[in-house]
Amino acid sequence: MRVRRLAAWTALPLAVTLGLAACGSGGDGGSSGSGNSAVSIQIGEPKHLVPTNTTETSGSQVIAGLFSPLVDYDAQNKPYEVAAQSITSSDNKVWTIKLKDGFTFHNGEKVTSQNYINAWNYGAYAPNGQDSNYFFEKIAGYADLQGKAPKAKEMSGLKKVDDLTFTATLSEPYIDFKTTLGYNAFYPMPDAAFSAPGVLKDSYEQAPIGQGPFKMKGTWQHDSKIDVERYDAYPGEKPKVKDVEFRIYQQLTAAYADVLADNLDVLPTIPTESLSTAPSDLGDRYQTSPMSSFQFLAFPTFDKDYSSPDVRKAISMAIDRDEITKSVFKGSQTSARSFVSPVLPGYRENTAGKAGEFNPTEAKKLYQAAGGPSKIVISYNGDGGHKDWVDATVNQLKANLGVDAVGSAEPKFADLLTKVEKKTPVGAFRMGWVMDYPTMEDYLGPLYSTNGSSNYYGYSNPEFDKLVKEGSAAKTQDEAIAKYQQAEDILAKDMPVIPLRFGENVFGHSSKVKNVQMDLFQRVNLVKIEAAS
Amino acid sequence: MFRYILRRLLQMVLAFFGTTLIVYALTFAGQGDPIQALAGERPVTPAQRAYLTEKYNLDQTGVGGFFYRYFDYVKDLLQGNLGESLTGRSIGDILQQAWPVTVRLALIALAVAIIFGVSAGVIAGIRRASIFDNSTLVLTLLVLGIPTIVLAPLAQYFLGVKWQLFPPTAGSDPTFYALLLPGIVLGSLSLATALRLTRASVAENLRADYVRTARSKGLVKRRIVIVHVLRNSLIPVVTFLGVELGNLMSGAIITEGVFNIPGVGFNLFRGIRTEDGPLVVGIVSVLVVVYLVSNLVVDVLYAVLDPRIRYE
Repeated sequence: MRVRRLAAWTALPLAVTLGLAACGSGGDGGSSGSGNSAVSIQIGEPKHLVPTNTTETSGSQVIAGLFSPLVDYDAQNKPYEVAAQSITSSDNKVWTIKLKDGFTFHNGEKVTSQNYINAWNYGAYAPNGQDSNYFFEKIAGYADLQGKAPKAKEMSGLKKVDDLTFTATLSEPYIDFKTTLGYNAFYPMPDAAFSAPGVLKDSYEQAPIGQGPFKMKGTWQHDSKIDVERYDAYPGEKPKVKDVEFRIYQQLTAAYADVLADNLDVLPTIPTESLSTAPSDLGDRYQTSPMSSFQFLAFPTFDKDYSSPDVRKAISMAIDRDEITKSVFKGSQTSARSFVSPVLPGYRENTAGKAGEFNPTEAKKLYQAAGGPSKIVISYNGDGGHKDWVDATVNQLKANLGVDAVGSAEPKFADLLTKVEKKTPVGAFRMGWVMDYPTMEDYLGPLYSTNGSSNYYGYSNPEFDKLVKEGSAAKTQDEAIAKYQQAEDILAKDMPVIPLRFGENVFGHSSKVKNVQMDLFQRVNLVKIEAAS
Repeated sequence: MFRYILRRLLQMVLAFFGTTLIVYALTFAGQGDPIQALAGERPVTPAQRAYLTEKYNLDQTGVGGFFYRYFDYVKDLLQGNLGESLTGRSIGDILQQAWPVTVRLALIALAVAIIFGVSAGVIAGIRRASIFDNSTLVLTLLVLGIPTIVLAPLAQYFLGVKWQLFPPTAGSDPTFYALLLPGIVLGSLSLATALRLTRASVAENLRADYVRTARSKGLVKRRIVIVHVLRNSLIPVVTFLGVELGNLMSGAIITEGVFNIPGVGFNLFRGIRTEDGPLVVGIVSVLVVVYLVSNLVVDVLYAVLDPRIRYE
């Protein structure tokens, strides 16, 4: 009997993909000087708080406070050591990881190399069902931990040298291994987390013990909040605030109302509904910063309607990206004309070349010459707030190509993927990508390689695969980037997907905090944030 | 009376199993790929897929698989175990946290509806066609016409953000004051309906024979209205409010979302959005019980209000 109201509700455009939750009590974001102040940050209910099982933004935001990564990324998004002293390899295959001395877990345990090995083995062991399982696939012996009854419980590639040193042997050379270590799957876990070797305590997730700048205050209060406080024995850069409350919201609009009323300090994502009013509501407390998300239009390249690169290029040239980012996204996203995100080392502008430029006359000529289909369908998931831009795109295609074009909504992204996998004709479809670590390989591999985990469109070019492989096996970063860029040039020729937009963090904060910085992963930098005095 | 309640309770058992079966079937029939839904827009690794498939018996397909899972579920349910949501949390725990706050919210809403709706309805019924009657008519039509999805954000923006009379959101362990605004918003729809019902019923009963008799006996007006008219007029209102209590408990999806109250509607909404079948079925099973019990209470209340009604 609630069906009608429910339908109306789900029709509302909601900005984030998942991650819903409840709320927090009226705890105040503080203002009592810098040393002992408290701030509150909006999150959704995290799915998990175990490092190897956390893949969404909300959980990642919390554990980024509780743990300290081996490497972090500098302004150029190159990795630098944090919890590691050094990460070196002579052949990019056997990596030696030396830890900094002085790190302790919040329960007092000293951090040793064994803690890393235990945590990684736990994550890679398939029966544990960890979301980040695949992050370990490059380590030698990973395959033995897969399947229903794995042969081994520990990866043969991980070897302890001494208390602060261990080696990770990869199954093949991988130049970007050091960069991947910044991801939260590679955090260590203390002995106290395990009830027996390889068996995680159920209670660990409710109050994770890490070695980061903040420690848990109490336990995870589901749907409500997660409180953390400064860990004074942390040897790295000290946070400027004492307490952080991660307040759980189900709806961004509710959190937005709280920021306006100074009831919540940081809202990492301004809801789409409020984008047009937010700059005037918040003034200079409305901010943007780079982020890695990449939205594109994919084509079933196995479908003869779209199998010609010229058809795809013509469609690309018929889309006025700047108009859509301006009118639909109010400048909260930027036009994309390359196949990887601008935040990456090795990114070049306009790699799509002429195909990325808006040119309706050329587009129409090319489209007719290539014999494109008389009707273009763009499928999208109806629950992600995509209707507006798809409608705008469809209208542009109608006007510029002189064809019939419609948007077609699937209820959820999973439904769309199921249809694509079954090769049901869905026409072109929207896709998005957010990187796990800043390397070009993290885009080229999963999105465009023949066996890429997210290559739902059947694109396959042996030459491209070869170049990406050579890039990741290269000796130096420069050499790797050169190979990756050559691979990207092939994409420009084949145009398997049409780049549409790059995302930005669009965030706001209350008048009680200052120096709010967001990283490429949509996380607030907890060490830099300060209370406004 | 006792036998009547016993019979109703037995019927409830049947109704409970029937509805859970239907809800269970519908939830899982409408599901695309729960594992992909759980992962959001990320690719799912074969290891992860195998793990979840086995954990939730998703490998048993077809009708046999459905009944296998349903009986498995009912077996656990009878042992008081509602199972685990797809994110691995105990649904019993989720409900234990969600119910108190939803019940408080529903009671505030119901109190608002009763106090303002019924009393304004009585006044409007007595003074038909007066300014009060006409203005409440316009106001209630307005409230009935504005859906909660508009009313709730408006109330939040003006009363919470702009004029700061109420906290804009409530929170998990909210004070009475923080729940007041959502309660009023939630109750406003029931308030309007209760007002219209009471008004019509009072107006009709005022013309009844027994009222004329009472008046000619020389009873004071207040006694006639409160003891005679109101008691008889409340029957349709009680029916409505009883059903509405069930609605309020389950139907606060919008209000709980807007005001960030982690109650039942809030969790139900999340369950639906993330295709968390076990969570949806768990919550709905409990809601079924709430509806059944509130309907029983309503039926028993009839007898209290109108002694002519007897249950055998």
